[in-house]
Amino acid sequence: MISRLKTVYLAIIFLFLYAPIGVLIAQSFNASRYRGHWTGVTLHWYESLFTKSDIVDALSNTFSIGILSAAIATVLALITCIALREVGKKSRAMFMSVANVPILNADIVTGISLMLLFLGMGMRLGYGSILIAHVVFNVPYVMLCIMPQLLALDKSFYEAALDLGASPFKAFTSVVLPEIRSSVCAGFLLAFTMSADDFIITYFTRGAGVDTLSTKIYSELKLGIHPEMYALSTLVFVFIAIFVMLFAMNRKSNFKAEDLL
Amino acid sequence: MFQSVTVRNLFLVPFCLWAGIFIFIPLVCIIYYGLTNSGGSFTLDNIAIITQREYYYSLRLSVVLALITTIICLLLAYPLCLILIERAKSAGTIIILLFVLPLWMNTLLSTMAWQTIFERDGILNQVLRLLSMPDMTLINTPTAVVIGMIYNYLPYMVLPLYVTLSKIDKSIFEAARDLGANSWQTFLKVTLPLSLPGAISGITMVFIPALTTFAISALLGGSKLLLIGNVIEQEFTVEYDWHLGSALSIILMIFIVINMVLTIFFDMSRREEE
Amino acid sequence: MENVVKTFGSLTVLDEIELTIHENEFVTLLGPSGCGKTTLLRILGGFEMPDSGKVIFSGKDITNVPPNKRPINTVFQKYSLFSHMNVEENIAFGPKNSGKSADYIRGKISYALKLVNLEGYEKHDVTKLSGGQQQRIAIARAIVNEPKVLLLDEPLSALDLKLRRSMRQELVRIKRETGITFVFVTHDQEEALSMSDTVVVMNQGYIQQVGTPENVYNEPENAFVADFIGDSNIIDGVMVHDKLVRILGREYPCVDVGFPLESPVDVQIRPEDITLDAPQEDALNGVVTKISFWGMSYDIIVSAGGFDWLIQSIHRREVGEEVSLHLDPENIQIMAKPQSEDEAKLVEQ
Repeated sequence: MISRLKTVYLAIIFLFLYAPIGVLIAQSFNASRYRGHWTGVTLHWYESLFTKSDIVDALSNTFSIGILSAAIATVLALITCIALREVGKKSRAMFMSVANVPILNADIVTGISLMLLFLGMGMRLGYGSILIAHVVFNVPYVMLCIMPQLLALDKSFYEAALDLGASPFKAFTSVVLPEIRSSVCAGFLLAFTMSADDFIITYFTRGAGVDTLSTKIYSELKLGIHPEMYALSTLVFVFIAIFVMLFAMNRKSNFKAEDLL
Repeated sequence: MFQSVTVRNLFLVPFCLWAGIFIFIPLVCIIYYGLTNSGGSFTLDNIAIITQREYYYSLRLSVVLALITTIICLLLAYPLCLILIERAKSAGTIIILLFVLPLWMNTLLSTMAWQTIFERDGILNQVLRLLSMPDMTLINTPTAVVIGMIYNYLPYMVLPLYVTLSKIDKSIFEAARDLGANSWQTFLKVTLPLSLPGAISGITMVFIPALTTFAISALLGGSKLLLIGNVIEQEFTVEYDWHLGSALSIILMIFIVINMVLTIFFDMSRREEE
Repeated sequence: MENVVKTFGSLTVLDEIELTIHENEFVTLLGPSGCGKTTLLRILGGFEMPDSGKVIFSGKDITNVPPNKRPINTVFQKYSLFSHMNVEENIAFGPKNSGKSADYIRGKISYALKLVNLEGYEKHDVTKLSGGQQQRIAIARAIVNEPKVLLLDEPLSALDLKLRRSMRQELVRIKRETGITFVFVTHDQEEALSMSDTVVVMNQGYIQQVGTPENVYNEPENAFVADFIGDSNIIDGVMVHDKLVRILGREYPCVDVGFPLESPVDVQIRPEDITLDAPQEDALNGVVTKISFWGMSYDIIVSAGGFDWLIQSIHRREVGEEVSLHLDPENIQIMAKPQSEDEAKLVEQ
């Protein structure tokens, strides 16, 4: 009885989570270009998707900003975490809380404050300003991923490498980095996800003519969204779903939920 | 890992520069704009504007909706996490993956899908009509906004809670039962206190974005339901009054700082107990 | 090592340590946790810098030589095998760093695996090996570099009792076959006594005694060593004159000479060296207060002369039984009382 109640509860939550996604996927096949009016099934939006240069541009911006900002954030976080491993507990906590400001702060405040900074520096808002802003909020996420594993890593791994004749740099790249690779990857992926999904900070730090998928969608909201956008989102979602499932199958044994977020 | 302290400190330089330029100075900028007028002289007028009715109402509405969202998320998340942990043992991690998967759908699009569901002739009402039940007016109501927020922020409550709960040694629950506690007592006296750190970070991760969002309310609340986030956005993108927008942001930051202080305070008192 | 001093903050971990390690020796640093033995080992390995003093290796000062340039290798407490490399890659890591040829490395790997009795394990995943096997790989990984000195930091502490016993003999064999000087750190006196040529007993950053295992067991220089190694009865005594000591109001002949007349001393008697008899007049008589069985023998507590004696005997006694205690002169070990307050504090620990 209780077990059935639990299943029902779970089912309701999953229905709640997947209802909008179902709606979006349905819309991507809807012949009508208006939401909520079902006029039949079509694959038209998938065909015309790649002829829409503004959508393709937004997609490529989203991807390139996501990858670049995640990469820069990972390098910066890695350098910082290695040093923070060696400082006292108190200074480390202090550094971490400074780094966490963009996470704890509201996106709208971070976005506005960065916009004020960029404009104050006389910088033109555009691709570069979005990229910098994304690195700003990605660094703490990557640090939060890397720091625990780096702290848990026994110092003797590094020392063993030195002991066996490796230079400090080689000891780091050939021993320490591989030992913490799972958290570095997790940090990178998390940063990419955060970047790709961000709307508010991008909205304030972007300039005219540069769009990511999120800002593109927002600007289309009032005029009605191009159905190609549904098709694109469906493709991205299905692609990620397959990727995540394969990922989980592959490392079923040592997979943890924390790896995902 | 460093032969000398100097090398270690050298490694901290990039971060310090970065934090200085892109975390510290921007906050100074926002405070500067918030406390000055267009002539550049110091004023508290912009801050004081919050006492005006429309601004005050927006702020109050934002706080109320964010609180409701946070509480509902918390109430939904506890049973959900406990069930997920239990099911993950038998069903494997797939069930957790299924839970996080919707996070990868664009936030704006899924919120818009809720709009499609809630509309006057939306999917929900069409289903209700099929069942010969009366229509529901959800779109452009606070309820719709709260549902949209719950949808978007529930994972941020579930994930930290799930991580903390799954780290608790199972034998602790068994010990509690062994010592005669029923399941409700076990939850109150054992599960709840042990999972509090996860719940606290979940609360922060839901409350702050819910308090400050403007996209969800713009999509599901219509043009009449203005949250403080919408007001700030309009000051920057429609009214071009950066000083007023910054001042309102400072007021938001006060909430954030209170939240941080409470979290740190809680963290410290918990450590002292340990 | 000369005058090595190491402090962490206000804590002096090592105080003016002087220690000479000879070639081809099996040296054990023995002491309770926090005595500075691991720090001393890390200074030898180059992972810590002494605040003052020097590390001299074959006449050369290597105090400031980084660990990757020392002819010394370490077997770490938790083995620290690189989990992303297989057995072969782990062992090859050192020789590759020193630019050895692939053929040479291959030969060395099979030699090293043979030495640790793990032939054919080249391609195994190190994380799937048992604790004992990981231990052997860690040793193989260190010795392929042909170090002059091998440092072992409590390498057996993570193994279970049986495995620990067999690994002791293995280590002694590997040491003999390779001719490498071993410096072994442990808090386990049994390990120290059964394996080493030389035992260095340490406490609170001081070396308490250096000697052969027999030496430190039979002739401890102070009460700390006596108490730490094996079980002991340590009693206050007074030296009456050479070869005569007064304990608990009775005079006993002993074999030690050279203590000042009427000087207070610590007297150590091993529990296995006390024989129990029926109570006699003119002997130290007492009552059995406790007895526990340990498999090979009984631990018997006898209250006699106001002192609780620990006696190990293969004969059972009953609680409440009256007995007399007999001591042979050669089993009475006289030790000087600590000279300074600082030393006294150490001994009390």
